Amino acid sequence: MAKLLEVKNLQTQFLTSAGVVRAVDGVSYDINEGETVALVGESGCGKSVSALSIMRLVAEPAGRIVGGEILFKGRDLLKLTEEEMRDVRGRDIAMVFQEPMTSLNPVLTIGRQLTEGLEIHLAMAPEAARARAVELLGLVGIPDPARRLGQYPHQFSGGMRQRMMVAMALACNPPLILADEPTTALDVTIQAQILELLQDLSRRLGVAMLIITHNLGVVARYADRVNVMYAGRIIESGTAAEIYADPRHPYTLGLLRSVPRLDEPIRSKLDPIEGQPPDLTKLPPGCAFAPRCAYRIDKCAEVPPLVTCGAPGHRSACWIAEKLAKEAVT
Amino acid sequence: MSQALLEVRNLVKHFPIGGGMFTKPVGVVRAIDGVSFTIKKGETLGLVGESGCGKTTTGRCILQLEQPTSGSIVFEGIDMVSLDAAELRAVRRHVQVIFQDPYSSLNPRMTIGQILAEPLKVHGIVRDAGERELRVRELLTQVGLLPQHAKRYPHQLSGGQRQRVGVARALAMEPSLIICDEPVSALDVSIQAQIINLLEELQARLGLTYLFIAHDLSVVRHISDRVAVMYLGKMAELADRKAIYDEPLHPYTRALLSAVPIPDPKIESKRERTVLRGEVPSPLNPPSGCVFHPRCPIAVDRCSAEIPPLREIRPGHWAACHLA
Repeated sequence: MAKLLEVKNLQTQFLTSAGVVRAVDGVSYDINEGETVALVGESGCGKSVSALSIMRLVAEPAGRIVGGEILFKGRDLLKLTEEEMRDVRGRDIAMVFQEPMTSLNPVLTIGRQLTEGLEIHLAMAPEAARARAVELLGLVGIPDPARRLGQYPHQFSGGMRQRMMVAMALACNPPLILADEPTTALDVTIQAQILELLQDLSRRLGVAMLIITHNLGVVARYADRVNVMYAGRIIESGTAAEIYADPRHPYTLGLLRSVPRLDEPIRSKLDPIEGQPPDLTKLPPGCAFAPRCAYRIDKCAEVPPLVTCGAPGHRSACWIAEKLAKEAVT
Repeated sequence: MSQALLEVRNLVKHFPIGGGMFTKPVGVVRAIDGVSFTIKKGETLGLVGESGCGKTTTGRCILQLEQPTSGSIVFEGIDMVSLDAAELRAVRRHVQVIFQDPYSSLNPRMTIGQILAEPLKVHGIVRDAGERELRVRELLTQVGLLPQHAKRYPHQLSGGQRQRVGVARALAMEPSLIICDEPVSALDVSIQAQIINLLEELQARLGLTYLFIAHDLSVVRHISDRVAVMYLGKMAELADRKAIYDEPLHPYTRALLSAVPIPDPKIESKRERTVLRGEVPSPLNPPSGCVFHPRCPIAVDRCSAEIPPLREIRPGHWAACHLA
């Protein structure tokens, strides 16, 4: 499989009154064609900023991408002019946002919002664009699509709006979709519908996906590979099976242990990760997770590199990654 | 232990839509449509359902933040609905609430100390200012914060710490019942477990009773003794935790459970999943018969005609389904 997207040593920072926030601090990952990759982490870990950086949508001047490369089909997106970048958005890489309520334009009809991209990116005639819009709404499972085109977002329910967002993302047949918390704002039964829809479309149309989420459960079923982020860095990456069955970073292990699971006997007590996520303007020297880590050793004052541990392709940024594997077995 | 602390009987809450000074209401949102349950002393009753099912409104009716349209809410033998303002104030201190959003439920202009001291002052529980300060320190330590946090403002605390303040505020009144309305859903995963453990510790130590309202079924399973499932203003199923999760009788409960993802790709790949079609209908115009029938995978003709009553199908296991 060919590499579709390669993010290399990406660094995105925000200037705030409290100091420089290193929201994304040297992050590297890649996505192959047709593959579903997950970026998992808690609020403030930099997962959304990393996706916005790919789209070059980080709000300037407070935020800026200070280093790294984002290679899409070998072309560095960070070197493109704003004009060229506009062609990439929507046509090469599309985005599904978390909040379908606020990311649709309330004063434009559903039809207009779908056809706009088609007319601009693919130079379609209005008639053809309309036909394609009807097809798209049908594709994402919205009943009676022709009539729905004339409606406004407020006439759609939350789940339908999110389907509409997916239809917009698919409009120009992009090879890559970035889905930022696509189901977080939805009810459990609707979440399941949207995730099944995304998976089905990605398989059928061969679209690669980057799913950004804080919910480890969501990705278990849908992701081929998983990257776990903490405080602006990727701290573990591997196939979904490796990450869940054989976590090699204390943070990943902590996340997995802290949530109650439906398939496990009820525990008398949950095992939380103690402490709070760090303030990104005042990151501790060394491993950012060290202050909360139960396995901390002296060496943690040095930043551990993301290196292969266990299976090839499974990497962890922890000094004791190898030891952790034995621990999990016992 | 088995004594009922709270009994909700046939609770109905309808919100009229429109209708100003001169116009009649144009419709009625049936937020809660005849819900009954009891909470025993010292237990945790989990209340689950999707948005708009009426779970939060149920909590607000118990707190008397909403006046029920009909039905009764009996707390320690007293029907709260019929009380006048003064009597209500006396009962109310025994029923407290922890809100979902720790960001918007604390006054940003008050210090944590002031937030915690205010109810003590208003209810005349601790009249002396010095003693109040001591009590505030005690409350803070009880929820795992430090006495010096009393001088901070809400914005100086993290989300998890703020929710601890929310817990401390509920505890200030020494209540017997606490309504926890989605107390962890706004928090990060690694912090959620801290708050859940705190709630359980406090329950064991202080003999508290919880109504735990949430949409996260895994969390509810962990914390509850019994679980009630609501759908569109009605009770769909009510049973012991084990019965609900191991042998759910209502097709809605089954679908909800199968929609919960399990963080393990091996198990997930083998799991059968019932994905419900369609979406929750509007409570403005609920479906005829069983409110769940348009989405129900096993519905029969009878379901669209007849409203299924909540029946005790096995001892202590109630379900509102013709086919259960």
